[in-house]
Amino acid sequence: MTAFIIRRLGYMIPTLIVISLVSFIIINLPPGTYLDVRLAELQRQGSSTAREQIAQLRRRFALDRPVYVQYLNWVSGFIRGDFGRSFAYRKPVAELIGERLALTVTIALSTLFFTWLVAIPIGIYSATHQYSVGDHFFTLLGFLGLSTPNFLLALILLVVGFSLFGTAPLGLFSKGMADAPWSLAKVVDLLKHLWVPVVVVGTAGTASLIRIMRSNLLDILGKQFVNTARSKGLPETIVIIKHAVRIAINPLVSLLGMQFPRIISGSTIAAIVLSLPTCGPLFFEALQQQDMYLAGTFLLFLSFMLVLGNFFADIALAVLDPRIRYD
Amino acid sequence: MIDDQEKIEQRNDPGEGQPGEEGANTPPSQWKIMWRQFKKNRLATTGGALVLLFYFSAIFAGFLTPHTLETHFGSFIHSPPNYPRFIDSEGNFSLRPFVYGMKKEIDMETLERTYVVDTEKKYYIYFFVKGDSYSFLNLFQTDIHLFGTKEKAPLFLLGTDKLGRDLFSRILYGAQISLTVGLLGVILSLVLGSILGSISGYYGGMIDDLVQRTIEIMISFPAIPMWMALAAALPSDWSPVKVYFGITIILALVRWGGLARQVRGMVLSIREEAYTDAAKAMGGNDLHIIFRHVLPNVFSHILVIATLSIPTMILGETALSFLGIGIRPPMTSWGVLLEEAQHVRVLLLHPWLLAPAVAVIIAILSFNFLGDGIRDAADPFATN
Repeated sequence: MTAFIIRRLGYMIPTLIVISLVSFIIINLPPGTYLDVRLAELQRQGSSTAREQIAQLRRRFALDRPVYVQYLNWVSGFIRGDFGRSFAYRKPVAELIGERLALTVTIALSTLFFTWLVAIPIGIYSATHQYSVGDHFFTLLGFLGLSTPNFLLALILLVVGFSLFGTAPLGLFSKGMADAPWSLAKVVDLLKHLWVPVVVVGTAGTASLIRIMRSNLLDILGKQFVNTARSKGLPETIVIIKHAVRIAINPLVSLLGMQFPRIISGSTIAAIVLSLPTCGPLFFEALQQQDMYLAGTFLLFLSFMLVLGNFFADIALAVLDPRIRYD
Repeated sequence: MIDDQEKIEQRNDPGEGQPGEEGANTPPSQWKIMWRQFKKNRLATTGGALVLLFYFSAIFAGFLTPHTLETHFGSFIHSPPNYPRFIDSEGNFSLRPFVYGMKKEIDMETLERTYVVDTEKKYYIYFFVKGDSYSFLNLFQTDIHLFGTKEKAPLFLLGTDKLGRDLFSRILYGAQISLTVGLLGVILSLVLGSILGSISGYYGGMIDDLVQRTIEIMISFPAIPMWMALAAALPSDWSPVKVYFGITIILALVRWGGLARQVRGMVLSIREEAYTDAAKAMGGNDLHIIFRHVLPNVFSHILVIATLSIPTMILGETALSFLGIGIRPPMTSWGVLLEEAQHVRVLLLHPWLLAPAVAVIIAILSFNFLGDGIRDAADPFATN
């Protein structure tokens, strides 16, 4: 087992190196750099020393050096926790990204929790009441949830929220709370706002999880040992919960690792619509302004989470399923 | 119950699988079995019919819409939907539907424009009326529309946008872009994915390793942020047509990896089948075996994957255009239409701007139903 984990970790290193390289290339793809954006801005303001200012910035950010030197500079800072500086914010990228990354993970984890909490009972109900009115209702609802892109759901929720309560459920904090230092009140405030993004981002995942749980459980309920348990005279709830559900849920655990990064990736656009203080909006802004280190670091971290998710999924699967060989 | 009845009906039905149609001893072909299964699935057939309807409306958008993509009504900006009526304000019934005119009123306090129905003016709706000219299937110019009014009238089934353009017409035109981006993107990733997937699965060894490692790295990037980064990299001076193909290629590039993996897995299992060995023993070369024996066998699976991938692609395009980094006006897709609906305040005043979202959801729903149906039909051992 340990050897398996170590080898699997070893696989990740070259993957991560290539990811950092590809991220850097993609971020450098657009013609021109942030400095062109800045130059146009300065000239619009009528600054007479625009060109000198830009030349100075170019030297400071080492943009006059060859591209591979820029890449090596960027990558070599990772070990020290240095991910370059944001041009637009004039701050280290690490400083800008830290809290947003934490909030993104918070939302993703809450969404994951919500997804399971809602999907598993409904999945069990649907499987045990196959083809009943409730089952059809949830199937239809599931299809609808699966087919509604979450940013459109966000828009719809905003309109409904606004027309019902007079305020749009935007952001993650109340006014005045956003910039306040962390305190218990701020956490409570966060929890009050959290449900909107959780519902918006979690709907599609819930829908697919219901369908998987339903079909898994249906498979298991057709097995002989379930009949055996029933014929022993066990109450139906025990048969379902203790015998069937436990086995039906097993394959879902391996999905966890895949779900987490999918939620993070999927929440990007919904976060822009809901103007959440998470990675999505800042990533988009950075892309548009060609703030390359900021955008690149986001892409790097998002991909890193995906790789990590896959890693955990593999481990979980290896632990849960004795049929998987480690070598 | 229902299943049993159907079985009995089928047994009594002399049409299918009986002598005279395909010979007494030949079993029905795989496609025939699939079609028979598929027909039984109500949701799938509904989805399939809707998908056909969507593509049909996209192809004949010019004919089906009362206005063209760019017809401006300068005096009807952000007008609410104006429905055709059969009964007028005095309760008189007219078999020929008509729309009332619209009057603009400005609220002196909030300075908001509102439109009220003007019962003084009546415009009757006729079939096959002459309207603005458009190009029919790019073949010839014509000005015949399926329905419309004889004079220029505010016939807005779904309201108008910020330039006074009819949203219903624009949604139908938008389907041309939104639905083809998905289709083209999927075809592109299918070609890439199937070729690389089958080569990888068939040859194994070094080639397999190389392709698999590449795919692994490709799918390590989250799809949506990757789409955003690549779309933002498209030069701003590109023509809309170039951007259209650019976006399609981006959508396909990010997605082919997963598809190639699935194809590879299936090819791996088929490679072990006896008939593959037989073909090899009879001297068939690799290309012959891949194209004649392997690919036809995975084709039904590829079809399922393709149908279920189209919604993701449509969604990708919609999301990118919604953010303003996808399809660029004057080219119009559903995402471009939704860009206007980005702000809650605009939406609250003009909720009909969300209509393109409904089109997106119904289209995706139909594709999902269709894909699910094909998947169930393609699996002959499925019990449900």
